[in-house]
Amino acid sequence: MAKRSNNRLSSPQALEALRESIIKARDSSQTCLVVCGGTGCLALGAADVIASFRRELKERGLESKVSLRVTGCPGFCERGPLVVIKPENILYQQVSSEDAAEIVSATVKGKIVDRLLYTDPDTKKKITYEHEVPFYKKQKRLLLGSNSNIDPNVIEDYLALGGYAALAKALSGMTPEAVIGEVKKAGLRGRGGGGFPAAVKWETCRNAEGDTRYIICNCDEGDPGAFMDRSLMEGNPHSVLEGMVIGAYAIGGHEGYIYVRNEYPLAVKNARIAIEQAEKLGLLGKNILGSGFDFSVKISRGGGAFVCGESTALMASLEGKVGEPRAKYVHTVEKGLWEQPTNLNNVETWANVPLIIKNGADWYGKIGSEGSKGTKIFSLVGKINNTGLIEVPMGVALKDIIYGIGGGIPDGKKFKAVQTGGPSGGCIPESLLNLPVDFDELDKAGSMMGSGGMIIMDENTCMVDIAKYFVNFLEGESCGKCLPCREGLKRMSQILADITEGRGKEGDIELLERLSAILIDTSLCALGSTAPNPVLTTLRYFRDEYEAHIKDRRCPAGVCKELVTYSIDEEKCPGCGLCVKACPSEAITDMGKKKPVVLDQEKCIKCDACYDVCKLGAIIRK
Amino acid sequence: MTTKNKPTKQKLTSILNSYERDPGMLVAILQDIQAEYNYLPKETLTHISQGLDVPLTQVYSVATFFKAFSLKPRGRHIINVCLGTACHVRGAGRVLEEIGRQLDIKPGETTKNFKYTMETVNCVGACALGPIVVIDGKYSGQLKTDKVKTLLESYD
Ligand SMILES: Cc1cc2nc3c(=O)[nH]c(=O)nc-3n(C[C@H](O)[C@H](O)[C@H](O)COP(=O)(O)O)c2cc1C
Ligand code: SF4
Ligand code: SF4
Ligand code: FES
Repeated sequence: MAKRSNNRLSSPQALEALRESIIKARDSSQTCLVVCGGTGCLALGAADVIASFRRELKERGLESKVSLRVTGCPGFCERGPLVVIKPENILYQQVSSEDAAEIVSATVKGKIVDRLLYTDPDTKKKITYEHEVPFYKKQKRLLLGSNSNIDPNVIEDYLALGGYAALAKALSGMTPEAVIGEVKKAGLRGRGGGGFPAAVKWETCRNAEGDTRYIICNCDEGDPGAFMDRSLMEGNPHSVLEGMVIGAYAIGGHEGYIYVRNEYPLAVKNARIAIEQAEKLGLLGKNILGSGFDFSVKISRGGGAFVCGESTALMASLEGKVGEPRAKYVHTVEKGLWEQPTNLNNVETWANVPLIIKNGADWYGKIGSEGSKGTKIFSLVGKINNTGLIEVPMGVALKDIIYGIGGGIPDGKKFKAVQTGGPSGGCIPESLLNLPVDFDELDKAGSMMGSGGMIIMDENTCMVDIAKYFVNFLEGESCGKCLPCREGLKRMSQILADITEGRGKEGDIELLERLSAILIDTSLCALGSTAPNPVLTTLRYFRDEYEAHIKDRRCPAGVCKELVTYSIDEEKCPGCGLCVKACPSEAITDMGKKKPVVLDQEKCIKCDACYDVCKLGAIIRK
Repeated sequence: MTTKNKPTKQKLTSILNSYERDPGMLVAILQDIQAEYNYLPKETLTHISQGLDVPLTQVYSVATFFKAFSLKPRGRHIINVCLGTACHVRGAGRVLEEIGRQLDIKPGETTKNFKYTMETVNCVGACALGPIVVIDGKYSGQLKTDKVKTLLESYD
């Protein structure tokens, strides 16, 4: 590794010289064990794996020969902890600390540990290389692809991949207007939800009147069930920073903030380290790369309120106030933080900027669909085989994501719907699986891109329950400032509770629709005005499920507790007694060997424990 | 008593100073105080109000607006049940109920012996492992209702 320079780089040439010396000092043919240290893999025990590798390399005196790199999330969370052997790109999955010794032995001998390879579920063949795994093969990973080549705490790794070259290009050879022009031509749209053209926002902010301009990165990521922004910030914080500096230069701002939620401690830590390193090298701070341009960035940790992702609420929170939105008669680009022109963009939006400047708008414009350029990262979660983070060009068909990359639905269950756009989005049914995924097409289907959460649901998911879930979530997160959202969501939540608990009545659906219309028209901020989306889309595509709850007092998916009963399928039950042990309320009685157990519905509290433990499908939930 | 230590003037002052007494850093200051004491003791709020020169009402409104803050002492072990969408569709609600039943508390409550506090959180970013429960920062994934009892028994 190159010796860390303490000198601030005074010119683009100095940056290039440093880059060259870093690359020269590195041997690209050297073996490197890459271990994912993202939140998902850490939760699966990656820290132990890393420690074991470290010990093995030390004990065998291999430290100078084989390097170890702990990186951010490459996306395939389902199969973590993930280990990739570079430069060959051999992928080992579900690695435990006990496997470390074997992996090291095999690697130094040029061998492969067969049992840790990924098996293609279709062909049942083992796949050796990361790029051949279908999950990765069908993606286009412009942003996420770098994650496995970068230790987020080592700026040299980012520099070795050409990092900050876009910044040098912008500062030394482009006017701010030219930067804006390039981003405009590239057609970059905001990735935080609305899809607003980034360059238009930048231009307005640049031209707005004020003493100073603030540049903010939105890493609040309040969408419950999405973690794209976190993975970028954790895995490649310099790409976000570089984007912010370029944006600041284009807009003419000198102070920036990264607003990140406190539930993401690793993202906070890595962003903080990245800022320090960039400052040390003069890529941030005063007189960046000798250009005379100054820009500094601070981190602000959010308190975990969904509404704080909204621009005006976020800025209020940055000022140390309660995170309540305000009416946007005056836009934040004109009067935002501390009443000054403020430009807010999402993490992923910022991370796209260096790519555009470095490779040019023409290159970028070739990726994606007509009105939505570039790639989009989605978190593919729920009832799907390959849970994880994926990145695809805009315009890819939904079914290619769900079946091609996601590997379909687990346990042979039937696909029912996919929810996109988080709490402001909607549910898309099977009949629309050919839908190209981009900003405009999702809008047309009644959903939205949102930040990129994609939650897959199968036949065991109740769509009324999902609508209730989002409405309850938003009711809890509503800041309470305006009446339609505060009271409207409460009322909608009550109605949905009635429906799912067997008290639904005629007229409920119509009332939900009327309330929805009011919320859309009269809420102060987009939290309230988009809140009806989950209800409206489930009504649009799954109205029969609502009707079954109301008219027949039945939950077709078997989810709504008050409407289901548990019983034993005597044909299937061999009397193994697993459920007897699992039942917390002694509702199931063992009738002796080989005799089916007996379930007392009077005692049953519908906790679902028996359904969970019985692997023979002998518990009927209807 | 569940607080790790009793709030001292020095500690509070050093937290305030680490943010240069910037009122814009109120949320971060509250976070640091809660990390230190496990909750926000009443006297700390007064101290912050004076130290930052912001009205106590503002400190209080911020401290009650964000769900992450607690004005009541919390248990030795903090259980965070993820109720994010991905965990929800995989049955997180039932896991929450089961933990509540085992401990006889509702979300946001603390057991009488101050051993556990049960809270809910919206997505901890490990959706692949859902349903997921985080106890004192340690993740337990793919948690089915029948595994709850053993998990809780592993803490003392
Ligand atoms: C209730 C609500 C929550 C939001 N949460 C987020 C969020 O977590 N992250 C985000 O980037 N944008 C969020 N937004 C969108 C922001 O208000 C803003 O449009 C966005 O950050 C702008 O960046 P972009 O143009 O790069 O997308 C939210 C909006 C609303 C109304
Ligand atoms: S719509 Fe809801 S969240 Fe937005 S300002 Fe009104 S009450 Fe607050
Ligand atoms: S659902 Fe729960 S209470 Fe009812 S029989 Fe099954 S385990 Fe027992
Ligand atoms: S929804 Fe639970 S970890 Fe994401």
